[in-house]
Amino acid sequence: MTTVSMTVNGKQISGEVEDRTLLSTFLRENQGLTGTHVGCDTSQCGACLVHMDGKAVKSCSMLAVQATGSAVTTIEGVSQNGQLHIMQKAFKENHGLQCGFCTPGMIMSAIDMIDRLGTDLDEKTIRHELEGNICRCTGYHNIVKAIKAAADEMAEVLEAAE
Amino acid sequence: MTAEGIGARVLRKEDKRFITGNGRYTDDMTMQRMGHAAFVRSTHAHARIKSINTDDAMKMPGVDAVLNGHQLVADGIGNIICGWMIHSKDGSPMNMGAYRALESETVRYVGQAIAVVVADTQQQARDAAEAVVVEYEDLPAVVDSLDALKDGAPQLHPEAAGNLIYDWEIGEEAPTDEAFANAAHVTRMDIDNNRLVPNPMEPRSALAHFDPSEEHYTLYTTSQNPHVARLVLSAFYNVAPENKLRVIAPDVGGGFGSKIFIYPEEIACLWATKRVGRPVKWTSDRTEAFLTDAHGRDHHSTAELALDANNKITGFRVKTVANLGAYMSLFSSSVPTYLYATLLSGQYNIPNIYANVKAVYTNTTPVDAYRGAGRPEATYVVERMMETAAKEVGMAPAEFRRINFVREFPHQTPVIMAYDAGDYEASLDAAMKAIDYDGFAQRRTQSEAAGKLRGIGMSCYIEACGIAPSQAVGSLGAGVGLWESAEVRVNAVGTIEVLTGSHSHGQGHETTFAQLVSDRLGLPTESISIVHGDTDKVQMGMGTYGSRSGAVGMSAIAKALDKVEAKAKKIAAHLMEASEGDIEIENGELKVTGTDKKLTFTEVSLAAYTAHNLPEGMEPGLKEGAFYDPTNFTFPAGCYICEVEVDPDTGVVSIENFVAADDFGTIINPMIVEGQVHGGLVQGIGQAMLEHTQYDEDGQLLTASYMDYTMPRADDVPSFTLETTVTECPGNPLGMKGCGEAGAIGSPPAVINAVTDALGIRDMNMPASPNRVWQLIQDNGMKEAAE
Ligand code: FES
Ligand code: FES
Repeated sequence: MTTVSMTVNGKQISGEVEDRTLLSTFLRENQGLTGTHVGCDTSQCGACLVHMDGKAVKSCSMLAVQATGSAVTTIEGVSQNGQLHIMQKAFKENHGLQCGFCTPGMIMSAIDMIDRLGTDLDEKTIRHELEGNICRCTGYHNIVKAIKAAADEMAEVLEAAE
Repeated sequence: MTAEGIGARVLRKEDKRFITGNGRYTDDMTMQRMGHAAFVRSTHAHARIKSINTDDAMKMPGVDAVLNGHQLVADGIGNIICGWMIHSKDGSPMNMGAYRALESETVRYVGQAIAVVVADTQQQARDAAEAVVVEYEDLPAVVDSLDALKDGAPQLHPEAAGNLIYDWEIGEEAPTDEAFANAAHVTRMDIDNNRLVPNPMEPRSALAHFDPSEEHYTLYTTSQNPHVARLVLSAFYNVAPENKLRVIAPDVGGGFGSKIFIYPEEIACLWATKRVGRPVKWTSDRTEAFLTDAHGRDHHSTAELALDANNKITGFRVKTVANLGAYMSLFSSSVPTYLYATLLSGQYNIPNIYANVKAVYTNTTPVDAYRGAGRPEATYVVERMMETAAKEVGMAPAEFRRINFVREFPHQTPVIMAYDAGDYEASLDAAMKAIDYDGFAQRRTQSEAAGKLRGIGMSCYIEACGIAPSQAVGSLGAGVGLWESAEVRVNAVGTIEVLTGSHSHGQGHETTFAQLVSDRLGLPTESISIVHGDTDKVQMGMGTYGSRSGAVGMSAIAKALDKVEAKAKKIAAHLMEASEGDIEIENGELKVTGTDKKLTFTEVSLAAYTAHNLPEGMEPGLKEGAFYDPTNFTFPAGCYICEVEVDPDTGVVSIENFVAADDFGTIINPMIVEGQVHGGLVQGIGQAMLEHTQYDEDGQLLTASYMDYTMPRADDVPSFTLETTVTECPGNPLGMKGCGEAGAIGSPPAVINAVTDALGIRDMNMPASPNRVWQLIQDNGMKEAAE
């Protein structure tokens, strides 16, 4: 057993884990943050996606101990002070989810996409960037629409701030 | 009608919990002292089990128990059933091999459960499952259904000689043969429908708990129909009487049919929880899902279409061999029979149809309903035939379809179905206009100039949904009734809970069902809650599959609302001293027509519960239930057109444009309906272009992960253009037909018709993967032609 400590959604936490414990298992089982989902065993579906030190990582593909000392954000930490993130709102407003299982990973992936590439995203780029996230329900049509809408809204917010 | 009523694009009430990570799926649940289960699974496709040694496993840390099939049988747990009896054409009942939740004698597919380990953690359980030593004596295996029918093929079950489960027929053979004898033209094709793995993103999971003092079980499970699960677990698997078994299907992450069935793992968890004296949870990993979730499709067919001198269809003859895998799953027998061959008339007036279906055992994962269930297979056969026949007789595919469309309703087909309403030409016209069909020739020329091959293909599908009148399905062999139940509970302050036997696992019932109530009573959807998925809360229900929740589930709610309204009107009339017939309900108020007298719905509800002043003899309260049994199937139909461009150098097919024109009858929420179509389309396009389940000859599943089985990703598919045409369904009070499966049913033939059009060939199998398309280009010398 090893002690791991990290910041999760702004809170300093630590826990005892077996060395081989995956970050996804640690978040779900030790921390009770079940919004991070596990949909595959081969690092392909992206349901487990979280942000670590500001970058998207698949939490099923790394050990909890590897996250020691880092700052992790899960879907539970995306809305601030009870306010939905623009991306969360856009998924709802554009019907970008059905069963909701892929949704946390999709939202985390989409936020990361805009962090990396900015808000000027076309459909082709969005589709290509979603390569690491599988959705079986929506056919992606409305997910792409939601991400585009959120990007546009974020661009407006940025512009207004300037 | 209200702003949130029928036809409004209301945003989903359920979304908030999903976008914030607060959904509650089965694997999210934990209980005090909970143990974890892992299964020992067959590594052989066909073998006799010589021994199972659990000594090492039992010594491993955290291990509570390793339980096997002998103990399961000794405890009286029943064999897994198939709930739909099919009789062969000679009148004999289908031949069913014994299927146990844990097998201890002969395993028949890779992944079959042999034993279950319960340990403190999931990892410990999995480690211990690996340490169980099973000694096998290999038997020869067969994976393809045509091979399984050959003389000398390995035999799976003593009950099914020649691996034949049934040899079934529908329609009239002699007149159909005669139509062929007199035909001016006959089109003949061999058509395969590839095997698919449903792959809802949430893997199956079960959490079972036993309370010894009450002798009561609770099961949380990933189910589309918790009440059916409870019924079957109780009546056939002898887990516990119904009043001692509560089944809860909480948030469920997609189903697509694969979560209808009751699988060995749920039975084993329920059984194990009592034996080990602690709650037991099992969650599938993705490879287990590939190996054990019921697969879909897997047909080999030969089809022949007879035309007269005017190109009118005079006969249709189809022979199909359906691979049902190693065991019969819950509804497997109905899929290639009553859900398939009854749709072989398509949208067309075909006077003579004869179909013969042989269902076959093979050493593969059991096959059962997957989105569309039989209807995609029928549509694929019909629409590949229509496109090919049109080309063979030199007609435009649209014109050939037009001259053969059913135009008068009701229309009795030769294969049971009686179509009640439709306008097939309207959806064909809408789709052709939306895709600019007339401009295709020019777009093709442009593609050619760029060294690409362009093709266009259409598919005019029809499906039968809502399944169905209980009496009718009963006479065809169904073991259950197929009605739905609802209860509308009005609270004292006028808020409402609707209890439904339907189950939402992505369909958005919490929103659409509330819209119906809002429409009727004029209340905001905010004050209407939908309760589902728990056998302790909802008395009985048949669940969600076959696009039935709208047409059947909502009709039950409508019926219960009739009763609520009637009682509310009586109370209002009494309170306002008016006649009951003069009361109308509008915007949450009960008004006396032609006066300004009115009461709010809340005032009337409160009066029902205070009961101080009710009409003579009336019981207090405002709560009504209803069961709704449909009078017929419903018949959604539409036209899909796909336009593709093929790169002859790489074989890569890209969908340039896809139009779907659907007639679903009344639509409650267009936003949700469009979402259903998008999702269905991508599953159908996935089948046509990417997905394929591949076994090697020894029965090892080669495509058992997302590394090997190509799920459609965002950049494999385009955005879609959707059109809607409406003919209301006369068979239910709301005029609804159902929309959940259409996309997956209609799209595969549209894609393949487009690809074969681009390549200028007649025959090809799905999926149109780059490899296959490139090979076809080489075989047909088309690369040079394109250059
Ligand atoms: S669970 Fe991490 S990628 Fe699938
Ligand atoms: S919404 Fe169900 S998997 Fe994406």
